[in-house]
Amino acid sequence: MDDIASRCIAIIAKAKSIPPDTITLDSTFEQLNVDSLDKINISFEVEEAFNIEIPDEALGTIKTVGDMVDGVTKLSAAAPPAATTP
Amino acid sequence: MNRVVVTGLGCITPIGNSIADFQTSLFAGNSGISRIAAVSDAPDGLPGVRYTQAAQILDFDPVEDLASGVIASTNRNAQFAIIAARQAARQANLVAHHAPDDIAIIMGCACGGRSSEEHEVKGLYTRDARAHPLTIVRTMASAGASQISIDLKITGPALDISTACSSGTHAIGLAFHMVRSGMVTSAITGGHEAPLSFGFYRAWDSMRVVSPTRCRPFAANRDGMTLGEGAAMFAIETLESAQARNAPIFAEIVGFGMSADASHITQPLVEGAATAMRKAIKDAGASPEEVGYINAHGTGTQANDATEAAAIHQVFGAHGSQIPVSSTKSLHGHSIGATGAIEALATVLGLKENLLPITAGVTEVDSTLNLDVIIGSPRKTTPKLAISNSLAFGGLNAVLAFRPFR
Repeated sequence: MDDIASRCIAIIAKAKSIPPDTITLDSTFEQLNVDSLDKINISFEVEEAFNIEIPDEALGTIKTVGDMVDGVTKLSAAAPPAATTP
Repeated sequence: MNRVVVTGLGCITPIGNSIADFQTSLFAGNSGISRIAAVSDAPDGLPGVRYTQAAQILDFDPVEDLASGVIASTNRNAQFAIIAARQAARQANLVAHHAPDDIAIIMGCACGGRSSEEHEVKGLYTRDARAHPLTIVRTMASAGASQISIDLKITGPALDISTACSSGTHAIGLAFHMVRSGMVTSAITGGHEAPLSFGFYRAWDSMRVVSPTRCRPFAANRDGMTLGEGAAMFAIETLESAQARNAPIFAEIVGFGMSADASHITQPLVEGAATAMRKAIKDAGASPEEVGYINAHGTGTQANDATEAAAIHQVFGAHGSQIPVSSTKSLHGHSIGATGAIEALATVLGLKENLLPITAGVTEVDSTLNLDVIIGSPRKTTPKLAISNSLAFGGLNAVLAFRPFR
């Protein structure tokens, strides 16, 4: 698993208070019991971690962890390096 | 008018996260005041203040009780509120026995989601950061009332009262009057606060009213207050509904008095405190001679304790020096909007157990105050009537009156 995927999974695991090894790229947000509040929280943490901005329209189409990783990979390629301080 | 009784209790406090633990600490005199732990967003976790102690809740983990989405959208104070309200509602089995729109939720919270706000503001002013999308819902002071209504599916009147250090007392008093008048048949009411943020510590430090060590209310050598956090909740309802289903009854709420000093934004006024006490006793249909316990506001500052003592003497005359008085802030600290509710909880438990809690950490009472301050060990007695005082900055005073239920 690449770095972006493992970091995304770590963010989701922390937000949901579940072990990272219970999350795979095929996991759907529905399976992970990610509700609307979780989704907005996780999206913000991902934006902060990768220094990207997820477009509103993309939020509605992300169904799996893999979808999120793919989106972050594309946005990261076009973004400046992530900040190193919180 | 309805008689109003307390049928459920809940708390998250520095001396216990359950009523059983709180009661044990209360009567054992075990203080929850300890060295200030690492403070979020402060350099190296150090608040840089002249005092070292606060009444913190060091063993609270919301993951045990709350869903991740709720944790993400709440500040620590609202998390206290939800869990304490669940305890009270469960003990009273309130929701099963009252229509959802016949239950009120009246909360006291003055500081809101202060630590969340400070964290976002730090990012904004230091690196032009984006604000977390849940900042608004974390920081609004009414979040506790909203979250309890969502959690318990209660649809009646729900609101937050912000009157600084009297918030929790005002909330319980309003809820009491709503149930007594028949506006609703029951209520979840109390106070919640988690204000121990970097900026909060520093702002209080600048006021020079915090004890360098720990608060010693009414002591000859008192030197200030001790900040705290926590929540206390009550399920209250009509006596008729409680008796109809044999609900546990911890005490009866019989009076509520309010006043404003209209004098000074920090200096308390004897007349304002005295007026609130008189009105609470009158509201209870009682006489001052019936009062057998005062849970004082008792912050441990020179100004508060001297003013409160003078007000007690003004209201009770010769009886004033005979009434057992304690300030349980010496155990659970001063948690601003929550403290009045926590003190009301101590008062109710004292009436239920016929045992009045001590003012901890005091070895010599200030004799000039001429009060019967309970120190050393709890006092075994059965008051006919007890009052719980809250005297807030800005001169907003609130007093509750309780009777034991036999």
